[in-house]
Amino acid sequence: MSVQGKLTLLCDAKTDGSFLVHHFLSFYLKANCKVCLVALIQSFSHYNIVGQKLGVSLTAARERGQLVVLEGLKSGVDVFFRPREEPHPLQFLREANAGDLQPLYAFVRDALQPVDSGEAAWRCPVLLVDDLSVLLSLGVGPVAVLDFVHYCRATVCQEWKGNVVCLVHDSGDTEDEESDVLLNGLSHQSHLILRAEGLATGFCKDVHGQLRILWRRPLQPTTHRDRSLTYQYKIQDKSVSFFAKGMSPAVL
Amino acid sequence: AGPGAPAAQLRQPPGGSPPPPGGGTGAPSGRRGCREGHGAGGSQSHPRRGESPAERGAGGQAWAARGGPHGRGVAPTASPRLRAEADSVEWEGRSLLKALVKKSALRGEQVHVLGCEVSEEEFREGFDSNINSRLVYHDLFRDPLSWSKPGKALPGGPLEALRALDKRTVSGPATIALDSLSWLLHHLPCPTLCQTLHALSRQDSCPGDTPPGEQVRVLGLLHEELHGPGPLGALSSLAQTEVTLSGMMGQASAQILCRRPRQRPTHQTQWFSILPDFSLELQAEPPLESQPRSDPHTPSVDPTTHLTFNLHLSKKEREAKDSLTLPFQFSSEKQQALLRPGLGQATSHIFYEPDAYDDLDQEDPDDDLDV
Repeated sequence: MSVQGKLTLLCDAKTDGSFLVHHFLSFYLKANCKVCLVALIQSFSHYNIVGQKLGVSLTAARERGQLVVLEGLKSGVDVFFRPREEPHPLQFLREANAGDLQPLYAFVRDALQPVDSGEAAWRCPVLLVDDLSVLLSLGVGPVAVLDFVHYCRATVCQEWKGNVVCLVHDSGDTEDEESDVLLNGLSHQSHLILRAEGLATGFCKDVHGQLRILWRRPLQPTTHRDRSLTYQYKIQDKSVSFFAKGMSPAVL
Repeated sequence: AGPGAPAAQLRQPPGGSPPPPGGGTGAPSGRRGCREGHGAGGSQSHPRRGESPAERGAGGQAWAARGGPHGRGVAPTASPRLRAEADSVEWEGRSLLKALVKKSALRGEQVHVLGCEVSEEEFREGFDSNINSRLVYHDLFRDPLSWSKPGKALPGGPLEALRALDKRTVSGPATIALDSLSWLLHHLPCPTLCQTLHALSRQDSCPGDTPPGEQVRVLGLLHEELHGPGPLGALSSLAQTEVTLSGMMGQASAQILCRRPRQRPTHQTQWFSILPDFSLELQAEPPLESQPRSDPHTPSVDPTTHLTFNLHLSKKEREAKDSLTLPFQFSSEKQQALLRPGLGQATSHIFYEPDAYDDLDQEDPDDDLDV
């Protein structure tokens, strides 16, 4: 795997970009990487079902220690029923004014820490977050989320040469300052941005949206080569098919 | 500007009045008396954002009215050597920052980099050993907020790290690069940051001692979209030079706004590109019609071929078309009447132009009627 130590930002605007999360999850599991999934939006069984369609079994991966999952929906409730002294990754839910995400970072660090014991060595560690925008809704400030991603980048990408993939939503026309600061701040930190957009003309049965790929930190500084590509896609049951703009088989 | 100075609160006045046009030669006028010839917040230098100028100017004015580092009513002059570089997601500015750092290092200056956003390894990438030896990297990337257990953080956090840069410069010209100002703005209160920046770019020792060439030059990288008009205006008023990056069709350009004391701000656009070894290459403006990626060998296709209907005209058809008289002719009589209105035009006139198929019969058809 040639790409290491990179932060990939998944962004969706007017559509649902979670298919990219499922893709990366199954991709990295199949590539034998140690994966930490911070699942704040869906339950574990949802990812498991979709993962089975894509050819990986999340339950098996979790059992053999390849996959560590933080189920936000389930453990978010635990925060309120545990004694306060015990640190919890989602501790900010209890705070009156949500401070920083250091406990969440500590959870990620402990989950992906490379261990030198005799067990099967996984390839690079990978952090997947689905998604970051919900943290804004839970009261965390955008700078705190940016700091969390900064630390994940410093530890997972820089120190352990792993990868980080985060999903964030673009609020689009709605004037959501915090969401814009978060999205722009993350874009500046990322190496690669995959942006799933709904079609400008609305919903279509055969073309579900378009994907823009932007290489944000190319290895060579500003060269003349094209740094962004656009494809249109259609999500099918077990895969996603990509094609150049206007070249959907249904339209030709 | 020591730690004892009270931190001014950045507050927007309730109804922002539109800022007076900036850039004049500082005749003080009322509330703006403390700004010598600077536009209120430099409202003309940020073309990319959509805020109304009144909003932006109001933020800048509030800051000025509360007083800069010297307190109320005294002119905060722009720091002589602070250059702010504003980039965006699409046109990133770190390459240009590295190119400027390289230039300074090649001149023999020592360069101090306060790195908050990228690791030391990544920043040094692309520089040869000659430059790297002159570059001192102050690492605020690995552990800026002291979250790690065995603390790898710089003592005192970001503010102390920034202040320490002031004392670290050995004698001789030096350049301080801040990567990035946006990170510092997010983690420090804006007035504190501005005061510290102001202190950084002035000489600590008596101004008479050091020759002008030995001043400290401060370069800052700022991500425009991340901040509101107030902090942006404050930082731009501190900076002597502001470089905003944009571009067109893969070619980067920089809009450079330069404010010298007691002179009008100058604005220029410079197209440039950065080579893989981070040398800066200035270029002329690319021609607007150039399409660098289109295939020059594509033959132009005639759209009227392969149609199910005929769009062409034969010679005979063309002649018939040209000699056709149009049904509604503009006769000379009507033309004259229109050109000379008011000649007995009490009632309206009807101009009747009979065409070839009309049958003019002067008899009144109602004569038959036996009424």
